[in-house]
Amino acid sequence: MRTLRLLAFGWLMHFRMLSQSWFDGFLAILWPLFFATVTFFMFRSGRGEAALEPVALGAAVMGVWTATSVSASSALQRERRMGTLELLVASPTNLAVVLLPVTLATSTIGLYCIVATLLWARFLFGIHVPIVHPLAFALGVVGIVVTIGSLGFLMAVAFVRSRRAWAIGAVTEYPIWLICGFLVPISAIEAARLVARDASLDAVSGLLAKEATIGIVYSGLGLGLIRYFELQGRRLATLERV
Amino acid sequence: MTTWLRIFFIGGAVSFRALFAWIRPSVYIPTLVVGPTTQIIFFAYLGRTAHLESDDWFVVGNAVQSASLAALFGMGFAIDGERWTQTLSAVLATPASRAALFLGRSGPVLVNAAITAATGFVGAAIFLDFRMPWSSVPAILFLLLVASYSCTGLGMVTGAVGLRMRDVPILANFAMAVLLIFCGVNVPLDALPGWMSSIAQWLPVTHVIEAAREVATGAPLSAVRSDVTIELALGTGYLALGLFLIRFFEREGRRRGTLERA
Repeated sequence: MRTLRLLAFGWLMHFRMLSQSWFDGFLAILWPLFFATVTFFMFRSGRGEAALEPVALGAAVMGVWTATSVSASSALQRERRMGTLELLVASPTNLAVVLLPVTLATSTIGLYCIVATLLWARFLFGIHVPIVHPLAFALGVVGIVVTIGSLGFLMAVAFVRSRRAWAIGAVTEYPIWLICGFLVPISAIEAARLVARDASLDAVSGLLAKEATIGIVYSGLGLGLIRYFELQGRRLATLERV
Repeated sequence: MTTWLRIFFIGGAVSFRALFAWIRPSVYIPTLVVGPTTQIIFFAYLGRTAHLESDDWFVVGNAVQSASLAALFGMGFAIDGERWTQTLSAVLATPASRAALFLGRSGPVLVNAAITAATGFVGAAIFLDFRMPWSSVPAILFLLLVASYSCTGLGMVTGAVGLRMRDVPILANFAMAVLLIFCGVNVPLDALPGWMSSIAQWLPVTHVIEAAREVATGAPLSAVRSDVTIELALGTGYLALGLFLIRFFEREGRRRGTLERA
């Protein structure tokens, strides 16, 4: 119960902190819109208007990863810069419980991107994405946010020893878009597409279960790594190696 | 004159070494070697899915455009980096020629931008089996230098704004995104709305990308002379504008007693 409370309050606190700067928020929305715009133009002049509906959903989800990749990989860097990393590691609270809300909050910022991209697609490109089952669609979106947040958590932990983790996070942007977004859609995106095309919740429940499993695996890997790096950090008396 | 040249060459090289924040291999390789290649691969695959153009078309467009990454951020670091090392006021207090000071900094940035764009071609050759005639390689290298020149000019403008604004990397990202959308990198210019393709004619890389696409298919450099001339003229215009803005913001800074407004 205490862990859940920490997770919930941690998520809320970081989400509110990330939402404080209107400029950062505006940029977080604007950046994915640039790529969505290129994508819409490409598909419209290539395959025509008919192909744009699923592309709009894929482009919307791209923003979640954009919001997560650099922010999550540099989450610990921010703590390091503020001089609080050592305090967090030394605190009696499990470091994972402290860090997971940070990456979940960054991927939650991606929700803005989803909404902004769908509105952008609707009003500038005339792409209407019918959402027949809003509840199931919302579940799919939550699945995306949680899973991408878990992958962000894994990245945040994997790069805990590097002062230049942001660079690695930035370079994952295109590859993750490529293998997860458009050409080989991740199950949650597929789920969202199925829902948008009048499928029932039952039809996507299997995909959502897969998505949950992926999220659990990433979180598990992250937990293992965080424990390992914490012990290594204590043994070597440093949290910086690169 | 000797002082001018010393500031231009030695000052430029030392500043690049000191201020280019991505010079460490742990940052340089992910951002300037792997980054352009992943961008090329992403858009080539996206192009296949969209049934738009060939892989080669996307390779050339994105590789040339990736020069803007190193040029825009490089010039940002070269000017705004002084703020972070707390030496900006000292630099602007020197009697040194501003042209020597900042044009000298643009030289290494230009070369680095061309190298970055070239790595994109190498990456595409490895991962997408991109090939062009060996006879076209020198012309392509020349065009990459031209693209880097015009992008460095634009970088001088965005860097100059750094004398008034603290978040130059944001401006550089914004400028890169504009180039990506407007300049025919991934969408043919005739597929863009008219106003966008009109703006593209005044932006760096639009003309050099068209030239590079022709040259990569075997056309001689003489066939793209007009594109190269326009690109060089644009680059010179942006460099001049950048130098003017540096002088303007410097004077404004002296008048207001601050170098930060936003």
